[in-house]
Parts: sequence; structure tokens; C-alpha cells
Amino acid sequence: MAEERFDCVVVGGGPAGAAAAYTMAKAGLKVALIDRGEFPGAKNVFGGVLFRSQLEDLLPEFWKEAPLERLIVEERLMLLDEQGMVTLSHRNPGFADPPNSWSAMRAQFDAWFAGKAEKAGAVPVYQTTVTELLQEGDRVVGVRTDREDGDLYADIVIVADGVNSLLGKALGVHREWQPDEVSLGVKEIIHLPRNVIESRFNLEGNEGASIEFLGDTLGMTGLGFLYTNKESISIGVGIMVNDLQKARVKPYAVLDHVKQHPYIRKLIAGGEVEEYAAHLIPEGGFHSMPPLAGNGWMICGDAAQMVNAVNGEGTNLAVLSGRLAGETAILAHVRGDYSLGMLDHYNESIRASIVFKDLKKYSGIHGLLSGPERRVLFGKLPGVLNESISDYMSVNGITKEEKQKMLIHQLRDAAGGNVELLRLGLKGWRAINR
Amino acid sequence: MSASIEERLYTIRYKADEQSHLIVKDQEVCAQCPSKDCLFFCPADVYDWDEGTRTLSIAYENCVECGTCRLGCSEQNIEWKYPMGGYGIAYKLG
Repeated sequence: MAEERFDCVVVGGGPAGAAAAYTMAKAGLKVALIDRGEFPGAKNVFGGVLFRSQLEDLLPEFWKEAPLERLIVEERLMLLDEQGMVTLSHRNPGFADPPNSWSAMRAQFDAWFAGKAEKAGAVPVYQTTVTELLQEGDRVVGVRTDREDGDLYADIVIVADGVNSLLGKALGVHREWQPDEVSLGVKEIIHLPRNVIESRFNLEGNEGASIEFLGDTLGMTGLGFLYTNKESISIGVGIMVNDLQKARVKPYAVLDHVKQHPYIRKLIAGGEVEEYAAHLIPEGGFHSMPPLAGNGWMICGDAAQMVNAVNGEGTNLAVLSGRLAGETAILAHVRGDYSLGMLDHYNESIRASIVFKDLKKYSGIHGLLSGPERRVLFGKLPGVLNESISDYMSVNGITKEEKQKMLIHQLRDAAGGNVELLRLGLKGWRAINR
Repeated sequence: MSASIEERLYTIRYKADEQSHLIVKDQEVCAQCPSKDCLFFCPADVYDWDEGTRTLSIAYENCVECGTCRLGCSEQNIEWKYPMGGYGIAYKLG
């Protein structure tokens, strides 16, 4: 493949890269899709679900053939303390019709998605690591790979190399992530018979349930998740790396701790670990997004911190950003202009999309998760909430008026007084309303 | 039903490269490092401190390529690269 020329080289065969490659190849561009894994998806992990919406725009009715696990019909949000939990849960026939999301195995789904790009005409260049971007002056003109004679030249390089994005760093457009801009997710896929899963979660057929939980992560800022697959359960926790550094606790010990929670334990009881996995999750949000384009390049997905941690959206934002970058590349190809002036069109498309708008709305979240309030939110509050609700629900001769007072007092004390509670409430509200 | 880290890593498919993609830049920096956080935050227990030889050993063949050490090493003393194309971790589920 000596000095082969492409209209576009896409680095990374995850959802962002596959979406970009598919979009461009379908329009007739000469595209190379590079992935360093044994196959695209071999190194990919998530603690999430695949949403219909953004993927459907590219591949209508993809769910009829894509390797998916279960259609999510019920979502639960749990606040755990050491022994108990407070749950908000939702199930409604309309929520899953049309489908909203599915659980999935990324090693299988991503391989399928990249295969779609291949069928559209993208040239697969797998088992190949990009070691550097080739630049001429201030223009990116291609990539150097670890293959012999492995330089690939292109009018545009789309950087979709995931959360670690060594290429994004090499571009110098953004500094290295700080430890509070990423969390480490550790996960296990636990095998259980289909009928056991269905009875434990009140499911039938291909119905699935998802649980997000907060609290009981040994006082660290972290979120947990549990998803039902066809014949397994994915369970994991994501812990902010800055907290993990300080706590000197093994990440898998946090997972073990959660797995022993009295409620969670029964959901996974009797299962066998099929696969262990760990991966970083971008948590920086809006303020961590780098410039998205330059002369001859664009950057998409996790590599650009495009994750909405509040709603567990990441794969869909990756797909959307990949498609928008691909569409910009098609325009650039038609005009024969690969300068920042042209590729800035991608930046504008992102600004007009949910990627920018949702991350902007939640731009205060990062401050909340990395600031001092996290001790209250992830440490004290879930415990106090559990305790107060137990007290409130217990019939024990204490008047309801007194109980209501106690509940408010307990919450106030957990936050550190009236002013602090108000401040926390305000900060929380502002964090999700910019 | 907690598995040991060895049992956990055993569930993952790897194709180990002959060369390490993780390199300690300066062993002396590790020797002086007061916290040695890497002994804790790595989800695959790749790092081990040998008090006898005063060196940090790297079981790179167990690395899950997450990148935590790249960002978490307070001395920024770990040179972190991707393994050669096709090598390293290969999840079957992911």
C-alpha cells in the first residue's frame, strides 16, 4: 500500500469512524477505514446502550439485522446506600415502540457496523496502528502506520481514535485530559440462562431492562450500570480517575463491592463471569471539547469528549458526529477545498446538533462531579436519602408532620445546613441548565 | 462470586506482542515516587513494585489498553503507546 492516495482516511473503526466511512463511501468517495484491533470493535467497550435515533438516520431499520441483545423496555435509576436503595423506574409500552435503545456487545456490533462501511466501498485497513499524522506545513496530508511502507495520503483525515486519542494530542489542538476529565469503567459480562434473566427482571421475549445506579462506590464519584443481554448481564462501575488516584482502591474492588450489595447480589446470583473489561470514559463534557477541525482534518466521538454522562449517551453522539464529518468531507470533495475554512462546516453542523446543545446545557456537570459537592452527592446523600425514606415510610406512631420535618432536617444536615442545601440545589440545577 | 484478577484476566482474549507498548521512562523516578498510585488504579494489575530490585515491573501482556496509567501516573513517567496493529486485547463481547 505504498503511498496510496485516498479522498479520506478515517482512523478508528468504532461508531464515529464507521459512520464517517459509511457516509463518504456511499457517496462514492475513496475511503480507507483504519483500525488497530484484530477487527473493528475488538478493543471497544461501553457501559451503555445503543440508541435507535442517530443510527437509524444512517441505516434505516438497522435493528432488523444488526447484532443487538435486548430491546430496553424498562429503565431504572437507583440511589444505593450500603444496604438499601431508592429507585425511580419507568416502563411503558410506548417507550419501546418505536424502539428507543438496545443492549449490545460492542465487539460484535462495531464489527457489523464497520462491515456496513466496507460494503459501501470503504477499504478496510485493520490490524494497523496509526503512529503519526503526516503534515505539510499546517496541513494534515495523511497518516503513517506501523505497516511496512505504511504511509497513506489523503485530502482529509478523520480522527476517530477514541478516548485516548493519541492523534488528537499529536495534533496539538488540545492538551492532555486531566484525571478529572475521564472515568475508568470496569465491567463484567456475567452469564445467566435466558429464563433466569427474564424472571428476575420481569421480561419476556427480547425485552430488556437497564439500571443506572449512584452511590455505594466507596465514597468516590462514580456511577454504576447494569444491562440485561440475551443470556448475560453486563454490570460495571465508572469511577473518576482523580478519585481513584487518591483512594488507592483497586477499580475491580469497587465493582466487587457493588456486586455484593444485597439488592444487586440477587440480580446476578449464580452467574459466571464471561468477560472482564475496562475502558476510559470521557467525562469532561462541553468545556473539554477541542476544536473540531483544521486544515485537512476533523475529529469525532470520544476523541473529542462527545459524551453526555447525564443521559448515558455516547455511541449515538459518536455516530452523529461521524456522519456530520463525513457529510462535510463530501462537500469539501465536491469543492476541492480541504482548508479549515471549508471543514469548519463540520464545526457548524455540530453546533446545530444535540452534541453541542445537550453538552452545553449540561456544561456545569463536570464542575459538580469534580468539585467539593461530589462528596455530598456521591458520599452522604444517597445514604441519608435511603435512611430518611425508610423513616418516612415506617408506621411507628410518629406523626406525619413530625416525619416530614425529620426528612427535611436529615437532608439539610447531609448537605451541611440550609444555605449549603440551597447552594447545592442551585448548583445542581444550573449544572443541567445552561 | 468475586473472581480474582487472574481469573478475570483469563476471560479476556489477548494476542501479546513481543515488545512492551508500556515503558517506564525512568526507574529512578518510580523509586522516588512516594505514592505509587499505579499499583492501585490499574484495572489489570499490570504494575508491580519489587522492593528487592527497586524496580517497577510491567506485565504489559495483561494490559487492557485503557489508558488510566497514561493519565493517572502523577510523575507522568509512563510512555504509553498502542500495541502494534492486530496485537493486544481482543474482546469477544466488549
